[in-house]
Amino acid sequence: MIEGILIGLETALSFKNLMMVMIGCFAGTIIGMLPGLGPMTAIALMIPITYGFEPSTGLILMAGVYYGAVFGGSTSSILINAPGIPGTVATSFDGYPMAQQGKAGKALAIAAYSSFAGGTIAAIFLLIAAPSLSKVSLAFRSPDYFGLMILGLTAVSAFSAKGHFLKAMMMVVLGLMLASVGQDTLSDIPRFTFQNMNLSDGISFVLVVMATFAMSEALMIIFKGNDPSRAAQRISLSQLGSIKLDKIETKKMINTIPRSSVLGFVIGVLPGAGSTIASFLAYGMERNFVNDEEKQKFGKGSVNGLAAPETANNAACSGSFVPLLTLGIPGSGTTAVMLGALLGFGIQPGPRLYQTNPEIFWSVIMSMYIGMVILLILNLPLIPYIARVLATPRTFLIPLILFFSVTGIYLMSFNNFDIYMMIGIAVVATALRLYDFPMPPLILAFVLGGLMEENLRRSLLISDGSFSFLWDRPLTFIIMITILVIVGWQMYKSFIGKKNS
Amino acid sequence: MKITPSKIISLLFFVFSGFYLYYAHQIQVFTFDENAPFNAKTFPIYLGYAGLIFSALYIILPETKPTNVNLRILDYKKTILLVVLMILYGIFILRAGYFLSTSIFLVLSYIVLGERKWLWIFTLSFPFVAVFMYLLHGLLNIYLRDPFLKFIGIMG
Repeated sequence: MIEGILIGLETALSFKNLMMVMIGCFAGTIIGMLPGLGPMTAIALMIPITYGFEPSTGLILMAGVYYGAVFGGSTSSILINAPGIPGTVATSFDGYPMAQQGKAGKALAIAAYSSFAGGTIAAIFLLIAAPSLSKVSLAFRSPDYFGLMILGLTAVSAFSAKGHFLKAMMMVVLGLMLASVGQDTLSDIPRFTFQNMNLSDGISFVLVVMATFAMSEALMIIFKGNDPSRAAQRISLSQLGSIKLDKIETKKMINTIPRSSVLGFVIGVLPGAGSTIASFLAYGMERNFVNDEEKQKFGKGSVNGLAAPETANNAACSGSFVPLLTLGIPGSGTTAVMLGALLGFGIQPGPRLYQTNPEIFWSVIMSMYIGMVILLILNLPLIPYIARVLATPRTFLIPLILFFSVTGIYLMSFNNFDIYMMIGIAVVATALRLYDFPMPPLILAFVLGGLMEENLRRSLLISDGSFSFLWDRPLTFIIMITILVIVGWQMYKSFIGKKNS
Repeated sequence: MKITPSKIISLLFFVFSGFYLYYAHQIQVFTFDENAPFNAKTFPIYLGYAGLIFSALYIILPETKPTNVNLRILDYKKTILLVVLMILYGIFILRAGYFLSTSIFLVLSYIVLGERKWLWIFTLSFPFVAVFMYLLHGLLNIYLRDPFLKFIGIMG
């Protein structure tokens, strides 16, 4: 492991890669700060820029963007009560009241220190857990992988769209359908191409991500007439107050951070759960841990109430890399985008990544830590200036997002068919989002489609066409039972439970 | 059963899944592969059925958490205009070249969205695209096809 860490450090600390972490953190913070634009959009917008880079450099840039976007999301939560991403909603519960009390600088500092501590502790956990889990996951067979992918998709559907499980499952199927367009990987037989040459290579992953996130998000802001910049213009972004914390506040944070980090990391590892659930659970857990006097402050600007979700959401981000790096199966929409980017570089993440591309495996882990340090050093003093981005009028912001999205696709193919397809998918995605059809399950399914078909193919061939592979191996059986429990519980909650109440 | 927009979307998805399933059955597989446990159309067929099942369930089962959208407050005009502008951008990007089409797209989009600060509109279009192109083409070595700039001799 020490050797691996040194390899990772050597790669991550090269001048070029350090620059990429800095650029990534900075760009991620700015994009993540804009309400509605989360880490998925931020990473999607970065993918075209990484085309010319080495895989490790590209991944380091994207990891930096990821952390930056999560950090940026909490800034908009605290300053204007408009969370950039669902994972920072809990941050606004106590962060915004603190800002209203004239302690915005302090709230931002608490968020920054908690994010740093949560991310750092989780990166250490990842450092220890990932290699050991990689070795364990070598024992996994095709039926287990197939089961795990279904589990990931079901869990993401269950968690990402509360009360809309069936809608999320429809999006999963739609994602898999989109992934099936193009030539079959084994037989080269064209499927759903309708004799159109532009479809023979399938639909590009970048196109789907850009269309369903960046572009549809931009259209959604216009369609709904949201303008978060107005709220930002009302507050004085240059007078945020002191960012220094006193002894009592520091002591409160020291108690909160370790427990929230552990919780966040564990929740992040679970497929589908992610930073949103981690932050809400950490907030709830912290409320139970503190004394009655502190409990009364929750929702009114409590230091513990702000530190807990901020620590947990960053720890969950690191945790979500565990299934991606060790099994090659992303547990969240954001890591699905990362997986798509990895596959684009010709790298197949999974247990063998640790052996075949150790420099990538370790440099990503090490760059997470470096990213945390950079976020703290770079962003904390610059917050008053970066926060001005919040006041960017949407009249400039939206066209620029659309321009970046179209450029990203144009650079890939120099073909306007892809641009039209992207616009079409974005329009459909906007309509679907309007009625709470969630997009993360679609992206996850789209990325996993090929792998899922491949593992189903192997499993069915091994079992001679019988579906007994679903219960033959104890591990697959346990996974299938878990899936059934999740589906059953969601159906009960959505229909029967509600009816009775 | 109350018909809601979500149910209509599910119905459309049901029809879409039906078409998908039909075309999945039409996929031509090799003769020796036809009776194999798995061939090129196996997975799409399962997906078609899954789509039909989930959408049918949504249509049939009562909606416990309906999504209410106030359609009157939505800004159709600007959204449609932006989509049209993007389509035009897609048409002209190959003909007029990246620089010209992108800059004009940005100018028109700012105006459509109600922006009237002309200095900013200009700065964030032509010079901005030029700098962006320099970054991509000049520094990152990412090829950008631009017949217009090639014609006037700026780009090789």
